[in-house]
Amino acid sequence: MTSIAFRRKATDRIMKALFLLSAFLVILPLFLIFFDLLWKGAKELKWSLLTDLPRPVGEPGGGIANGILGTLTVTGLAMAGGIPLAVLTGIYLAEYGKGAFASVVRFAVDLLAGVPSIILGIFGYVLWVLPMKRFSAWAGASALAMIFIPIVVRTTEEMLKTVPVSVREGALALGIERWKTTLFITVRTAAAGIITGILLAMARILGETAPLLFTALGNQFWQTGLDQPIATIPLQVFSYAISPYDDWHGKAWAGAVVLILMVLVLSTVARLLTRTRK
Amino acid sequence: MARPIARVPATGKMKVGANIKDFLFEKTTALFALCVLGLTLLLFALLIRESLPAIRKFGVTFVTNSTWDPVLEEFAALPFLYGTLVSSFLAILIAVPLGVGSAIFINEFAPGWLKTPISFLAELLAAIPSVIYGLWGIFVLVPILRDNFMKPVSRALGWIPLFQGPVYGPSMLAAGVLLAIMVVPFILSVSREVLATVPQVQKEAVLSLGGTHWEMIRIVIGQHCIPGIFGATILGLGRALGETMAVTMVIGNRPDIVLSLFQPGYSMAAVIANEFTEATGDLYLSALVEIGLVLFLLTIVVNLAAKWILTRMVPGRAGR
Repeated sequence: MTSIAFRRKATDRIMKALFLLSAFLVILPLFLIFFDLLWKGAKELKWSLLTDLPRPVGEPGGGIANGILGTLTVTGLAMAGGIPLAVLTGIYLAEYGKGAFASVVRFAVDLLAGVPSIILGIFGYVLWVLPMKRFSAWAGASALAMIFIPIVVRTTEEMLKTVPVSVREGALALGIERWKTTLFITVRTAAAGIITGILLAMARILGETAPLLFTALGNQFWQTGLDQPIATIPLQVFSYAISPYDDWHGKAWAGAVVLILMVLVLSTVARLLTRTRK
Repeated sequence: MARPIARVPATGKMKVGANIKDFLFEKTTALFALCVLGLTLLLFALLIRESLPAIRKFGVTFVTNSTWDPVLEEFAALPFLYGTLVSSFLAILIAVPLGVGSAIFINEFAPGWLKTPISFLAELLAAIPSVIYGLWGIFVLVPILRDNFMKPVSRALGWIPLFQGPVYGPSMLAAGVLLAIMVVPFILSVSREVLATVPQVQKEAVLSLGGTHWEMIRIVIGQHCIPGIFGATILGLGRALGETMAVTMVIGNRPDIVLSLFQPGYSMAAVIANEFTEATGDLYLSALVEIGLVLFLLTIVVNLAAKWILTRMVPGRAGR
């Protein structure tokens, strides 16, 4: 074997090894993170974590119950506003969106999807906190809705476009009105995909912290109203993590475990939905 | 054999009512689309309105000076801009080889049974909330980097400006590495799409001429994928620029412009996150919103560039 052939073969082997190594290095942090979450969160993973209010430093026990309720509240509010807006916009873009107006909307949605989440926090702040002079669940929810909307608009449009034109034509040929065709046949056909998009977007806003820092603010106690500051799990994880106390660090890890479980369950359900349909 | 063709009943004229309902439905959906457009414009308008006082007061010096002094009400964003750019570029520098390398591995070499699990795990990495990355960064990544990398390097190569100064832990380097872990999944998935656009025949052509696998990849990627991978890189950059929580938790939060990667820095997103609730005084708040506006414009430009590159230069890939 000539040396050139040998060199070519050796380079080939080395490059293959490097590609394998890079794939390994990409996945490695995932295992490290999950390991550390369980390892460091285990101590605080008790039933009381899910049922109790936070306690001051030094007092044993305490939980993040208010944060769990708060996360569900703020996420729910954001979705209540975001789903109709986003799904109908997606329907418009997929079914009627051919002109200049549709391109402008599409462009806006694209822009919105790329906006850093902290800036949407500023949006919530200026829109709600400045005029009301009070941090509130509303402010947090509207910041989250701005993250939620572009994701769902895009998936709705994409999913509707995967429905074959022949399905629409078939319905129209049967004499079904166009709006009925769209709502009860086209959207229905794409429903699993749209719901998947909604769940993934929900998983995304569930874990958001930055836009809530100065909108929802956080709260040590149970929420008292939607116009009041409200606790969420990510906010609690953040404030416990940067605190100087060891037992609060433990709480941060445990909170992170709860948070990641919620995110994982949602993304798994979302994935199963589309998989069974295929 | 042939089924009789269904006879279309002759209904005199078209129903008018159906048209009106269709019209209303279309216009309703259009109205909602208009709302989404309006919200985007509102975001932009509010950012500009709230940063006007700072824009009027400081003008261009806002992005050229480096004093950030809330007490004297002197505000300039250069250290934050510097921190955002340096930490993001560092992240890209680490993430691109890893992301592209693993995309090549998955698409070209991985056995079939391994492809789905690896890409599933990479997707999972993308789904982890950033505050959890930050938490892990503070308590795991920073100590590891400090003891196993920064300290030895600083001892051996401390005279190089890039590694100068005392080692604390929280630093530009820590932020860059953590950001790299966070943006790798995006670069990976876009790179895979880009690689998938290469025609199979071209790969086979190289192999049939006696090329090794690596030569096939080098030639085909050199020919086909460089623009697409560039697009993926810019897309990852867009992600990294706006990332807030993870960076805030490990970058050290010191508004200085220092060349050394081992020293603490500060980023635009981090200063907004840290100081917004403490911003006493209208000018302070306005300056923070203006930082937000600068970050907003920066990410828009970067994202549009990525989209443009990916739609124009990568044939067969839907633009999104």
